[in-house]
Amino acid sequence: MCGIAGFVDMERRVAEGRRQLELMIHTLSHRGPDGYGFHLDDCVGLAHARLSIIDLSTGDQPIRNENGDCLVVFNGEIFNYIELRASLEVAGHRFYTRSDTEVIVHLYEEYGDNFVAHLNGQFAIALWDSTRRRLVLARDRVGIRPLFYMERGTRLWFASEVKALLAADRRAARLAPEGIAQTFCFWSAIDPQTAFQDIKSLPPGHVLTVEASGTRHTRQYWDWQFPEVGSFPAAQSIDETAMQLRGLLRDAVRLQLRADVPVGAYLSGGLDSAIIASLGIQPNGPRLRTFSVSFSDAEFDESPYQQQMADFLGTDHSTVRCRPSDIGACFPQLVYHAEAPLLRTAAAPLMLLSRAVREHGIKVVLTGEGADEVFGGYDIFKEAKIRRFWARQPASRWRPSLLGRLYGYLDNSPVDNAGMTRAFFERGLSNANGATFAHEPRWTTSASSLRFLSTGMRASLGPWTPIAWYAHQLPVTVAHISPMARDQYVEAHTLLAGYLLSSQGDRVAMANSVEGRYPFLDHRVIEFGNALPDRYKLRGLKEKYILRRAMAGMLPDNILNRIKQPYRAPDNESFFQAGQPLEYVADLMSGDRIRAAGYFDAGAVGRLLDKCRAGRVRGFANNQAFVGILSTMLLDELFVRGNTVLRSGHERPDALTHSLSTDSLVSD
Amino acid sequence: MDERRKIKSFILQNFLFTDDDAAVSDSDSLIARGVIDSTGILELILFLEESIGIKVQEDEMVPSNFDSIDSIVSFVARRAGS
Repeated sequence: MCGIAGFVDMERRVAEGRRQLELMIHTLSHRGPDGYGFHLDDCVGLAHARLSIIDLSTGDQPIRNENGDCLVVFNGEIFNYIELRASLEVAGHRFYTRSDTEVIVHLYEEYGDNFVAHLNGQFAIALWDSTRRRLVLARDRVGIRPLFYMERGTRLWFASEVKALLAADRRAARLAPEGIAQTFCFWSAIDPQTAFQDIKSLPPGHVLTVEASGTRHTRQYWDWQFPEVGSFPAAQSIDETAMQLRGLLRDAVRLQLRADVPVGAYLSGGLDSAIIASLGIQPNGPRLRTFSVSFSDAEFDESPYQQQMADFLGTDHSTVRCRPSDIGACFPQLVYHAEAPLLRTAAAPLMLLSRAVREHGIKVVLTGEGADEVFGGYDIFKEAKIRRFWARQPASRWRPSLLGRLYGYLDNSPVDNAGMTRAFFERGLSNANGATFAHEPRWTTSASSLRFLSTGMRASLGPWTPIAWYAHQLPVTVAHISPMARDQYVEAHTLLAGYLLSSQGDRVAMANSVEGRYPFLDHRVIEFGNALPDRYKLRGLKEKYILRRAMAGMLPDNILNRIKQPYRAPDNESFFQAGQPLEYVADLMSGDRIRAAGYFDAGAVGRLLDKCRAGRVRGFANNQAFVGILSTMLLDELFVRGNTVLRSGHERPDALTHSLSTDSLVSD
Repeated sequence: MDERRKIKSFILQNFLFTDDDAAVSDSDSLIARGVIDSTGILELILFLEESIGIKVQEDEMVPSNFDSIDSIVSFVARRAGS
């Protein structure tokens, strides 16, 4: 794992190129604390910050091919590098390291830009071909590793994080109204949009090339694909399918255990992480190291299930107990790493968790992320299934009552009252074939935060209707796949890539130099899941049916049959103590600061703050508005205004997490 | 302050975070316009019980009683008269 940065300019030599590379890569030291590497010539600069995981002794980057005309810097892992290397050696390629990185340059020699199709892994790659004088940037299929870029005239800069691009050009430190508004609806900006005006994110599954002529071209090499309705192959028996899936998951985990350092695992208490951890136990291997977050508030806490799984698997388990005050204290540091507005605080406990992982000497953890997207685990899929069923008989009283079976885990459930449930979920019912049908209730709730935008922000957005806008971004092919596949497609391209894998994934792990690995997001597993009929995934209202079937007999029954509980954390209450906002919150949310920054309406924010202070905020809409506004103000403070006090969390990762006392770190 | 004024002012401040009377009209559907969501209903009922002094019964928790300022006002009036 690592950080990369660099630039290319085919026309003009970059003045003080080496200095610029150093400024950029030093901002990414948290991603790669084990050393830096550089390459600089007339038109290109490459920099690398290294976190040593494979080939600790000779894996320094940039890595080159036999005659040195092809160079690569790379963040991530190529899990099938052993198999790739064997076949490349047969084809005559010679290797000088044992690293996974080296297969990239040789694959490029063999296959050109299509080298990415051979990789099984999670990666952001910058490859320089000095013979043809061209730069190739590539990002993994689902967006596990980030890659940003910035263009000015003939020059293009790229980096693993926005902060490295801002180090190259401070003028880019301006927030984008579109990026903020998209985040307030969809929980993240939609690639290539970011929260910053001049900075783009290379979308997952894409390759960007810069040719010697200066021409730039972006190409998609992979996407989530689902069979067209009616084209499913004759389904195998469910038992055969389940056994194939078990074998595939075993193989995905086997590949992802490859490392020259110990690999740990997260246990959330749910099914998915339990599956991955159980498959991660190697016969005759060392005791598996596992980690969990627990909460003082019972609504969020899953520690009994976590402990049960740790006992069942016999792992060496540690738990970080997270209090609301811990979240409030580390939130500025979280925003510094996420580089985006956030609508929820749930990423904060995971940043505290990765810190504990690192303190225990572990650099790599397996997680269960991805199973809900691939195998249909989320309530949003069930909710859409019921709403579509209801839409066929809109007058039915019984059909909407099925919604009452969802959301049992919420204290203030949206389905507590049948009449209200009906009124709330009735909106959009007439559009049951629309591409965004499943997501409309969620996005409408989130988008209510847009009413806090200032008149200036509204003016710069113009007449923008978020849901219709997003529907327009989708490829036309989604109209031909099943409704559930469509819901999965949208989920994978919004919440998964934009938020779960970034703000709540890569960024919070790399904040503490920890690499997350995601066996459910091995592209073979995704392609296997996508080819299955919907009923193998959501059987009636039983989610992830095939996955449970695949793991039958390998996990305790109550874990195997457990209903999905989404991972959440306390929101607005994390920022108040005895009715008073934390000091930085009071400052950033004050009328003067809100007016000076210009993003929000100071009167509306003041009323929301009063409502939070009085302890009267419940439900998602107000909580998301509060967290969204606060995180946007922090983004402005940290990156636009360059507040060095709050940023010091970067130099000293402990500075803002002091309230996570050592006694709250319980090991057994 | 009459009850209509009190109710409207609560809706404006608590759900729309504004003092601008034009932000919602008395006949607007609060649910369809997204002013009140499922948890918003709980906040509204709490307000009616605490500030207007009526108790909302389980069988009265139906959208038709709460879907607009007009319908809330007439619900409150019916309860006061009964």
